[in-house]
Amino acid sequence: MTTLIHNAVLIDPEAGTERPGALVLKDGAILDILPAAPESLDRFAAVLDADRRHLAPGIVDWGVKVSEPGERHKESFRSAGLAAAAGGVTTMVTRPDTHPAIDTPEILEFVARRAAQDSPVRVLPMAALTKGREGREMTEIGFLRDAGAVAFTDGDRVTEDTRALSRALTYARSLDALVVTHPQDPGLSRGAVMTSGKFASLRGLPAVSPMAERLGLDRDLTLARMTGARLHLDQITTAAALPALERAKASGLDVTAGVSVHHLTLNDFDVGDYRTFFKLVPPLRQEEDREAAVEALASGLIDCLGSQHTPQDEESKRLPFEAAAPGAVGLELLLPASLRLVHAGRLTLPALFRALSLNPSRRLGLPTGRLAKGAPADLVLFDMNAPFVLDRWTLRSKSKNTPFDGARLQGRVRGTWVAGRRVWPVPEDR
Amino acid sequence: MPFRQPHLLGIEPLHPVEITTLLDLADAYAERNRKGLPAGDALAGLTQVNMFFEPSTRTQSSFELAGKRLGASVMNMGVAASSVKKGETLIDTALTLNAMRPDLLVVRHPMSGAVDLLAQKVQCAVLNAGDGRHEHPTQALLDALTIRRAKGRLHRLSIAICGDIAHSRVARSNILLLHKMENRVRLVAPPTLLPPGIDAFGCEVFTDMEEGLRGVDVVMMLRLQRERMDGGFVPSEREYFHRYGLDAAKLAHAAPDAIVMHPGPMNRGVEIDGTLADDINRSVIQTQVEMGVAVRMAAMDLLAQNLRAARGRAALGEG
Repeated sequence: MTTLIHNAVLIDPEAGTERPGALVLKDGAILDILPAAPESLDRFAAVLDADRRHLAPGIVDWGVKVSEPGERHKESFRSAGLAAAAGGVTTMVTRPDTHPAIDTPEILEFVARRAAQDSPVRVLPMAALTKGREGREMTEIGFLRDAGAVAFTDGDRVTEDTRALSRALTYARSLDALVVTHPQDPGLSRGAVMTSGKFASLRGLPAVSPMAERLGLDRDLTLARMTGARLHLDQITTAAALPALERAKASGLDVTAGVSVHHLTLNDFDVGDYRTFFKLVPPLRQEEDREAAVEALASGLIDCLGSQHTPQDEESKRLPFEAAAPGAVGLELLLPASLRLVHAGRLTLPALFRALSLNPSRRLGLPTGRLAKGAPADLVLFDMNAPFVLDRWTLRSKSKNTPFDGARLQGRVRGTWVAGRRVWPVPEDR
Repeated sequence: MPFRQPHLLGIEPLHPVEITTLLDLADAYAERNRKGLPAGDALAGLTQVNMFFEPSTRTQSSFELAGKRLGASVMNMGVAASSVKKGETLIDTALTLNAMRPDLLVVRHPMSGAVDLLAQKVQCAVLNAGDGRHEHPTQALLDALTIRRAKGRLHRLSIAICGDIAHSRVARSNILLLHKMENRVRLVAPPTLLPPGIDAFGCEVFTDMEEGLRGVDVVMMLRLQRERMDGGFVPSEREYFHRYGLDAAKLAHAAPDAIVMHPGPMNRGVEIDGTLADDINRSVIQTQVEMGVAVRMAAMDLLAQNLRAARGRAALGEG
């Protein structure tokens, strides 16, 4: 069965182009790319007129927390998968910072089974780098990789023991496994909930210098050089860290970096009167740092853009700022929020999808993220100008903790396909 | 201009005229207190609840006395000992309390912003008796009244705040208040006890005590917590006293009629020399305690007026 989507604006992040065209889908893959719809549409089983909306490779959101196992009341594979589909995310690369941590092949298999049962989009799990994410003993990296782990990370818990980390990296190197670290100096950031500066001092909140990210980055890059391991930095959010990253890349180190959409679109002042939905890890930065991170994403120095989707229930957020749980949901708002950068003229659409889809796919060795013949038909169709005011209670995630509640956003997903199958709007709603 | 606030959560939302209104009323209460005259019954029929999530003797008794002098029924909730230990969240404690219909709620909490959060959930007037490192508005107001009475004005003064500024809510509230009233504020502290971004506060910052005190009208000392003297923030108690403790020699650099203040409780021999603290010609530390009661009476009086007015409007609206 072949499907035609025509009258679309195709975003090709590989070629860096944005032009009118049509896609032919067959057997879960892109069969052909045409400049326009053919004369006769008879040979297609299904034909969709995209009405000049944008069609791009589906988003690969790297660093999603689905709260299974342990906290299914916050997010399940069904709710996260639905939110992902609604947000144009066709692959969720999930985090292992669950309860218990995903640190054995058995738990990983549980996750894979739950994902296969319930999620309409692809799920690729990351596994813990150390047992219990405690930073002491490495996990069974080989078994976990064979069971489907695409990368190894202890999430935002920084391994303080440099020797333990260097051993895990050395071992990972022998398996060619990708390791993801959270660049942050654990000593400086202990107890901190804000980035230090005038605002944190005025609010009387414990804060960490932005330099702590650079210190952590320097250590992790040095260890990568020492061990030869493949390294991805989950979030680079400060101007001070960028030169070190640039030097490391220029010297040929096998390193990539990501950033969250929240750090590109919000700053520390947004915390306002102790608004806990703005409490993130790392904490929101000052405006100069946000600007620098946007610049770095546009230039390609920062490779990947994701949501760092972290569901938290109302109870864990309705606390004094210091006691509140950190993190924000983002699967569904990743695209509209990052389109702010496109509307502001800071990023082109191909550059945006390079960071959202192509680069994460490349780094994880996936065939997705491209508009090319033979590539998987993982697609997102969106109206980049459709305006809306977000009401967080309309989100599909079980948890509604987004800092964008009440925000004016522009850009709505009109269709999501995974392996050629339409997952959004969900067939019943259509 | 009247005092328009429904709560006293910090100095930040106050207008200078509101500060003056409050201080004028407090001044009147201070006079009555001093003469032993009855203070009136501004809080008659109202219930005041003191909720201290952090131990406090001085501030809590000052609020209790202030409420009782104005005729309120005062209840002290021992929150540190009860439900909080059983795992009840701050919001639930607030909602439970709210259901008991108090009129004035005095709250101290170890976390910055906790009192703001609580104020959003209750229908009474909330007074912040100190939240984390954020604000301690009645302390700043009582300091302001003490200065005004000693110096005859509360503007165009040069005031040095000395000591642990990084961890001090008293310092934050005082900086805000003194700037609103158009004074020059100097901060004197070892760099480890200065908050980051301090240069954006509009204060002059000194790490040398003698230089920082040169010519100032008011020397405001802050308490240094003992657990911060063990080498974490300063090397030792004795080195701290040597470099930053206030004694007669360092005070000699201030204006000849400079006054010495301390929010208490004092560490004699650590941040302030004992003899100097007791010198009635220079130290106004006892006056600060006295003004504390008067300022809290004034604050609760004004908030009660606003509360009664708001309830009256609501009743008219409904009827």
